Amino acid sequence: MTTRRTYLTPSPAVLARYPAVAAAARRYQTWAAMWLTAGLAFTVFSLWWLDIAFGELGIGLVQLGKLVALMFPPTPGAHLALLLHAMGETLAIAFLGTLAAAVLAFPIGFIAASNTAPGALVRFLTRRGLDTIRGVDVLIWALVFVGVVGLGPFAGILAIAVSDAGTFGKLFSETLETADRKPVEGIVSAGGTKLQAIRFALVPQVLPVIISQVLYYFESNVRSATIIGLVGAGGIGLQLSEQIRTYDFDQVAFVIIMILATVAAIDWICGKLRFYAIGRSTAPTA
Amino acid sequence: MASGLLILPQEQIERLLASYGRAVARRRRQFYLVLIALALLAAVAGRYGEVDPAYLVQHFSNFTSYFGRILPRLSYEHFAADVADWYWNLSAWLKLLVDTILIAYLATLIGIVGAFTTAFLTAQNTGPSRTLRFAVKRFHEFCRTVPDIVFALLFVAAFGLGPLPGILAIGIHSLGALGKLFTEVVENIDMQPVEGVRSAGGNFVETVRFAVVPQVLANFASYALLRFEINVRSGTVIGIVGAGGIGQDLFVAIRKFYYTDVSAILLMIIVTVALLDLITERVRHRLARLESIR
Repeated sequence: MTTRRTYLTPSPAVLARYPAVAAAARRYQTWAAMWLTAGLAFTVFSLWWLDIAFGELGIGLVQLGKLVALMFPPTPGAHLALLLHAMGETLAIAFLGTLAAAVLAFPIGFIAASNTAPGALVRFLTRRGLDTIRGVDVLIWALVFVGVVGLGPFAGILAIAVSDAGTFGKLFSETLETADRKPVEGIVSAGGTKLQAIRFALVPQVLPVIISQVLYYFESNVRSATIIGLVGAGGIGLQLSEQIRTYDFDQVAFVIIMILATVAAIDWICGKLRFYAIGRSTAPTA
Repeated sequence: MASGLLILPQEQIERLLASYGRAVARRRRQFYLVLIALALLAAVAGRYGEVDPAYLVQHFSNFTSYFGRILPRLSYEHFAADVADWYWNLSAWLKLLVDTILIAYLATLIGIVGAFTTAFLTAQNTGPSRTLRFAVKRFHEFCRTVPDIVFALLFVAAFGLGPLPGILAIGIHSLGALGKLFTEVVENIDMQPVEGVRSAGGNFVETVRFAVVPQVLANFASYALLRFEINVRSGTVIGIVGAGGIGQDLFVAIRKFYYTDVSAILLMIIVTVALLDLITERVRHRLARLESIR
């Protein structure tokens, strides 16, 4: 044990022989200590500001343990058909929401991309518009659409469509911007119009990437669609919040397992489809 | 003009054209098949999702007039008074906004600490045992697959209303997401320092401390900042289930049709999110530079 220590931390004699290295190490240590202290102080401040008592934490954990104990064994109760229907609704919301978002965002992507935008001002306004849409969470969009079309899955579809149109618009335009310029030049020099250049030079390049992005967001939207029911926009979320309110935790556990299984199945299918569409996995980072 | 071009015999041209035509026709057929499949799926999903385009068209004015109604009335003559009227509850909203950011901060911290302590166990190249690796990986997966708002609902039932369930819910979700990302970072390190420390007799903790951590710290920080951005967004909505932050007031404003309040709070959220994104993006770029120099 002691011999190991001597190898890993330099002895005073070694440090004395290389004063520059020792000084750098010391500087680094002070810097790290400073940041750690600042982070710790900010954490304490946050806990104080949010008025969090650790006594609460203990009581809550005991309570949580009781709730988790209530979860076993998970059971659908008498509502298996209802739950399956709600899960189907969730998938429908995710599918139609993603599809509508992709269709909406496809032309927007061309307007927002620097190499195809009709004008700098139009491009700027479109980009800021997309930023604003993305700044609002999908759950808030769901609340708004419940106000517009009433309770039910249709509001959820519209919420996902609008919210993801913002994301897709940005992703598609970035994909277009990184596309190879040479095919476009080829078409234009052969006498093609701008529209033909887009159709025959850009679209074939970006389509596989776009398909992969859309599939990736479909996966993520299955997760989103499970929760928008909380605000009355259809899907399994409504059942989940009802069961929690009525303390049917064995059914809560069943629904959570159902969600996990569905998400895993969809991820697997989308992985296969993505592979089929572009031959390799290119999930966007971020 | 065409003297330099190679002119193929007629029958060869026809053969090539025919094979080209076949290839194009096959791709077209595939395209239409996909289109038909999508349309069928959309029709089925439309039945399940109770889609009613006619209703949407009929009530589309609702949608546009909604945005008309949530906009404040600002006049040029008494602009300041109008803005003050619009933001009548500014001090309370600012406090809730600070709450939201601090909830996101504490949740990110839980995620960082949790992921930092487990990522070295799950990485293929540093994990000490296969069973442990498998178990912790499934734990990360569970944490990130259950939506944070579901955790928030459960924790509100256990801990009562307030920011604590929100922090824990977002924190656990962050743990799962960061756990995966951190693991991937650790798996991409240069293994030579690790071999060096191991051959000098270092144990697991020492190997991690002296050979792995110095390599991964910048990337970890970058991912943590990205997670913080995401968590601020989550922090704005967990209030809907009573788990603290500005979401509670927004929820009430939308539900009770306090129209101008909705736009006031939404504007505050959008500006805050955009500002924080800008700041963290700058820091992340600096970290990326640090990474490329090293």
